[in-house]
Amino acid sequence: MREPTPSQTVGPFFGYALPFADGGDLVPPGHPGAITMHGVVHDGAGRPIPDALLEFWQADPAGGLDGAPDSMRRDPVTGTFAGRSGVGFTGFGRVATDADGHWTLRTLPPGPAAPGALPYISVCVFARGLLHHLYTRVYLEDGPGDPLLDSLDADRRATLIARPEPHATYRFDVHLQGSEETVFLEFG
Amino acid sequence: MSTTPPAPEPQAVIDAEMAEIRAEAEKARADGGPEELQPRRDYPPYRSSLLRHPKRPLVAAPEAFTELRGPVFGVTDVTDLDGDLTRQHHGEPLGERIVVTGRVLDREGRPVRGQLVEIWQANAAGRYAHKRDQHPAPLDPNFTGTGRCLTDDEGRYTFTSIKPGAYPWRNHLNAWRPAHIHFSLFGTAFTQRLVTQMYFPNDPLFPYDPIFNSITDERARQRLIATYDHDLSSPEWSLGYRWDIVLDGPSATWMEEGR
Repeated sequence: MREPTPSQTVGPFFGYALPFADGGDLVPPGHPGAITMHGVVHDGAGRPIPDALLEFWQADPAGGLDGAPDSMRRDPVTGTFAGRSGVGFTGFGRVATDADGHWTLRTLPPGPAAPGALPYISVCVFARGLLHHLYTRVYLEDGPGDPLLDSLDADRRATLIARPEPHATYRFDVHLQGSEETVFLEFG
Repeated sequence: MSTTPPAPEPQAVIDAEMAEIRAEAEKARADGGPEELQPRRDYPPYRSSLLRHPKRPLVAAPEAFTELRGPVFGVTDVTDLDGDLTRQHHGEPLGERIVVTGRVLDREGRPVRGQLVEIWQANAAGRYAHKRDQHPAPLDPNFTGTGRCLTDDEGRYTFTSIKPGAYPWRNHLNAWRPAHIHFSLFGTAFTQRLVTQMYFPNDPLFPYDPIFNSITDERARQRLIATYDHDLSSPEWSLGYRWDIVLDGPSATWMEEGR
């Protein structure tokens, strides 16, 4: 086994390099099947983090995990981002937090990635001050039989479940530290 | 009520904290502890980390169908010129022209093919083309400092750029970052995601930088430093650096073969 290249923080200046047009819009505006997911990223003092970057990766509504290119479609004439074509579903989103720590994702609800599994969106969190990114999951609803959720006590479990709001909208806050600290995951 | 911000701490305070953590880490390793392959998320000398790391242990995900796959990118996501940061404007940027190349591999040494590599960096004077960077060094109208490419069938990436300058920051008094290029990488699985920084050999700022030293293991820190490679230098044109990258984390193929 080769030893891995270590991580370093994304720092404060990723904003002109990593975010891209339509990064948080996996579907075109007004798509009839779209859901809106949004929330705030907080630090250990409960303050919003204005320089965090969230990435999202998810199954399509049928549970498919093949993804598709086109997330960062480029205009070959101007060299700028052209925005997604809106035809395929790439399954990938990238959103920087606003000055108030808030982020918004418009996407399709993920299907179960395995038969009977609870659907979720995988989230990867980057921020200035965070030396190694963190993974978590947004479950659109709670339910029985998920091995990760079932391994957690009620308070911790609740940090992974999005809160439904009107108009197909879900709220999901991330707490990097503190009494409401989000459950972060490791994979081995 | 107004509060006066605390006076910035001198470098010696940060140095003492870094030395203490390193000595404790070396002792733990000598006592048979695991090698620390990644930076510590809780690394107080990097003051911004204090409130931005979880205090509870990470939870091992019992299964990970979604995370063992990942986003895919293709020819529509990258233009041919995106890998040359010296050709994004009408004129030539100021600075030392460099080529940085290497291979992206998984932990089993297999090339990561056709995946996206993104970079961003300061200009030769140590200034980012970012509104929040108000360090009094000149912006270069011919340099933005962002690039991207797809790895080839051998996992190889190549960028042409200029060598970034060191720059000051406000972690403590007289804090300077060693010259570096930020890298963002994808593997075949979302678990292999990596954002890191590539450094240049023999930088005199290494011992003073808490971000670099958040990796307590000397050998692990060395993995972030590119190698000057004279064979990659072009006569009367550019200097060459080689930096291979190994992505951490399991992938779907690895898990399948391991079962």
